[in-house]
Amino acid sequence: MPKQAGGVVLADNNGVTTGMRRHGFKSIAMAAGLALAGLSSVAGHAAAPAPVGAVASPAPQAAAEPGGVSNIAPTTAGATPAAAPASPLLAQDGAPAVRIDPLVGHPQDGVFGLQTQVTKNGEFAHWMHNVVLFPVITIISLFVLALLVWVVMRYRASANAIPSKTSHNTLIEVLWTLLPVVILVLIAVPSIGLLQAQFKPAPVGAVTLKAIGNQWYWTYQYPDHGGFEITANMLKERNEVAAGERARTDADGPRLLATDNRIVLPVGVPIRLITTSNDVIHSWAVPAFWIKLDAVPGRLNETSFTIEKPGLYFGQCSELCGARHAYMPIAVQAVPAPQFAAWVAAKGGTMPAAGQASNKVIPQPGADSNPTEPATDYKAPPAGPNPATATTPATPQGATQNPAGAGNAGQ
Amino acid sequence: MTDTALHPSAFQAHGHDHAHHHDADHKPAFFARWFMSTNHKDIGTLYLIFAICAGIIGGAVSGLMRAELAHPGIQYLQGWASMLHGGEASFDESLHLWNVLITAHGLIMVFFMVMPAMIGGFGNWFVPIMIGAPDMAFPRMNNISFWLLIPAFTLLLASPFFGGAGNGWTLYAPLSTYGEPGPSTDMAILSLHLAGASSILGAINFITTIFNMRAPGMTLHKMPLFVWSVLVTAFLLLLALPVLAAAITMLLTDRNFGTTFFDPAGGGDPILYQHLFWFFGHPEVYIMILPGFGIVSQIIATFSRKPVFGYLGMAYAMVAIGVVGFVVWAHHMFTTGLSVNTKMYFTAATMVIAVPTGIKIFSWIATMWGGSMRFPTPMVWAIGFIFMFTVGGVTGVVLANGGIDDYMQDTYYVVAHFHYVLSLGAVFSLFAGFYYWFPKMSGKMYSEFLGQLHFWVFFVGVNVMFFPMHFLGLQGMPRRYPDYPDAYEHWNTVASVGYMIMAAGMAIFFVNLVWSLIAGKKAGDNPWGEGATTLEWTLSSPPPFHQFETLPVIDGGRDH
Repeated sequence: MPKQAGGVVLADNNGVTTGMRRHGFKSIAMAAGLALAGLSSVAGHAAAPAPVGAVASPAPQAAAEPGGVSNIAPTTAGATPAAAPASPLLAQDGAPAVRIDPLVGHPQDGVFGLQTQVTKNGEFAHWMHNVVLFPVITIISLFVLALLVWVVMRYRASANAIPSKTSHNTLIEVLWTLLPVVILVLIAVPSIGLLQAQFKPAPVGAVTLKAIGNQWYWTYQYPDHGGFEITANMLKERNEVAAGERARTDADGPRLLATDNRIVLPVGVPIRLITTSNDVIHSWAVPAFWIKLDAVPGRLNETSFTIEKPGLYFGQCSELCGARHAYMPIAVQAVPAPQFAAWVAAKGGTMPAAGQASNKVIPQPGADSNPTEPATDYKAPPAGPNPATATTPATPQGATQNPAGAGNAGQ
Repeated sequence: MTDTALHPSAFQAHGHDHAHHHDADHKPAFFARWFMSTNHKDIGTLYLIFAICAGIIGGAVSGLMRAELAHPGIQYLQGWASMLHGGEASFDESLHLWNVLITAHGLIMVFFMVMPAMIGGFGNWFVPIMIGAPDMAFPRMNNISFWLLIPAFTLLLASPFFGGAGNGWTLYAPLSTYGEPGPSTDMAILSLHLAGASSILGAINFITTIFNMRAPGMTLHKMPLFVWSVLVTAFLLLLALPVLAAAITMLLTDRNFGTTFFDPAGGGDPILYQHLFWFFGHPEVYIMILPGFGIVSQIIATFSRKPVFGYLGMAYAMVAIGVVGFVVWAHHMFTTGLSVNTKMYFTAATMVIAVPTGIKIFSWIATMWGGSMRFPTPMVWAIGFIFMFTVGGVTGVVLANGGIDDYMQDTYYVVAHFHYVLSLGAVFSLFAGFYYWFPKMSGKMYSEFLGQLHFWVFFVGVNVMFFPMHFLGLQGMPRRYPDYPDAYEHWNTVASVGYMIMAAGMAIFFVNLVWSLIAGKKAGDNPWGEGATTLEWTLSSPPPFHQFETLPVIDGGRDH
């Protein structure tokens, strides 16, 4: 991809601020359809869409399936199969070995607050909850409780035999209408700011992670890094697997949170998360990132975040998706950029050239296009109901239509 | 001026009238009376009995859920699934049973417990009496409204034996379309169709009755607030339920006739279903709570011996909640990929609802302020309602923030929030209303001791059960999980203990109910004294089979 492509994209999408723009819905849905067609069988009404390759290359847990429904994900070409680590520096799935922080990245027992945040937006939202919302709602609740206790004490029949006849007081009624309005406006200001921050698109150089929900596991693609794919299944307990098969160890993570393959992401580099699904709606959520984004079949949802601290971060599917809804966890390992590059290489991927958004063009028919810059590797789809899409070349751009460079790397 | 501003002479004339017309109390034989009823009070009683039965089932289902969730790991599901299937159930069948349980609990409590009790039960019983009408406008339609619920509930209860509908009460596509074969989900959809038709007919009946059958002098601005609340609720039902009917009809055709409304492979969109569902679903939560607002207003005024403070503000706050309730639906969908502008709008619009809700909370307190309060059972439930609803309401303000929902959405924080407004809000108001009107409906007094005991045990139980769910949600525990990471065990165990306390409270309620019906003291026409100013307290307890054959005249000067 020529380097000026990024500049073209920027000019082309000037004035556009968000990823999911109104006029982009149709194009995104169509692009999602195209993307999914290449991945699996979203088309059709298969009751439980079996992942392509499930039969051809069964994962080691196949024999351990207690149920009749296959939970076996394909072991992707290029991904290191689950095997004994080649080096003590590597975890069992080939990711760099890392100790789990006892306090960060996973839930704590018996505590009262939010999980520790490791992204800027997460810290902002954490502040907003702990410093703005929580005190306000606590004060309001205690205020109402105090008023109730006061009137019950003061105006019980034995203390106040003759009831007053007052049933109106315009001043106080106006006051208790306006005061909540003021409080809500004060809450709304940081709230709108938080939304703005969360919707800042990822800048050029962001690492794109595409999370695809399946019943009941996640597959991940790194479209900017050679498009290799990782499949993450939940690790079962020792007593749930046959002898010799891989079971969860404490190094993998807590029960129900550990996966056989972690996804690895670089620290300090903006991550562009794209979610979609091959079957029903799932939701990709990692509480420590303050990220929760539904994976909807036929749609590409996008958000971005920047992890600030290396470590292991766990999350769980957060939209009811069938029987094993509770058994498709998310495990993210955040590492320094060089380690990330090494991991990508180990997975058979490639690092994109500096400043280049993506070396893979995902065609988006119907998107804003630039007729002077025909895409080199874009093949026109067969003429559909909208012939314009077939003749208009799509703009070469990153995995999404975000205005390249518009984001802030430090978010 | 009092709430209804009644002239005492109107009642004397009226009571005299009944004393000489015993044929007004002539009741049909048993079958004709209860199975072919056109009497609003009998139909109200049927609704209440139905709601109590449904509540027992829905509460038992939540007991199964809390038992399974008391500790991490799958404890009982496999055994229950084996019982249901009549053979060894697979692991996935066991997990599916969990989804069937959460779906059943939600649908039963919403459509077959709270709604029938609030609107069908108390609405039927007291709206005609409070406006001085002899009956509902369409008595036969009233009957079919109730009897539609029976096949609806039967379909829902039968569905687990055909595989079970495990979609959650929201029935999100595509899980509810190609994610779930078998007839169970179709049965659940048809069940909702019937329950929805029942509610639409009921809503038409209430609107017609309230607009056309008020006694002379009973202007809209003199109506008791309970009647106002049912009026607003009826409009919400009328406008929201057809949208649900449309959405689930599309589900039905997607499932069975090859349409692709919600299937992207055919040009459909799963998110469209969510928009349609929540366009119904959000007004639905006000449908469940508004009549409770009305009940609490009556009770607070009665036992403070004061008219409701800010009557007009109270009435129009409910209208405002109803109107704004229709334009906030997508706050249930903050993580589905809405655009930033959409999220900002729905964040702001949702917060607006806190304003009329605040007016109601403060007006209730102002009603008590300066009053001469007594605290029999209905009053303690009503005061408990005000505080618990406040707690549930303020967490709603937290959840209104679209940016916060990137963490909170679909966690136990949401579960805690809506159980505080429903299980501690709507249900508290139901118990308040039940104790308040039980003497009127049955002619017997309940046991004050057991009523107070019921309140305190239940109050402790539900708070021990639901308050820790806030902590679970803050630590990120997702909803609808039969098994959870071990770090969530502590608060889950506490919550399950809370369930047992709550269940003990319910046992006290049923003991009280049976004891009072058998051995309760006879209730006078007005057991609550001069604070009770609405028309039902002018009738005998229980009221005559047909009341107000001569319409009462409401004489009380100007409107509010």
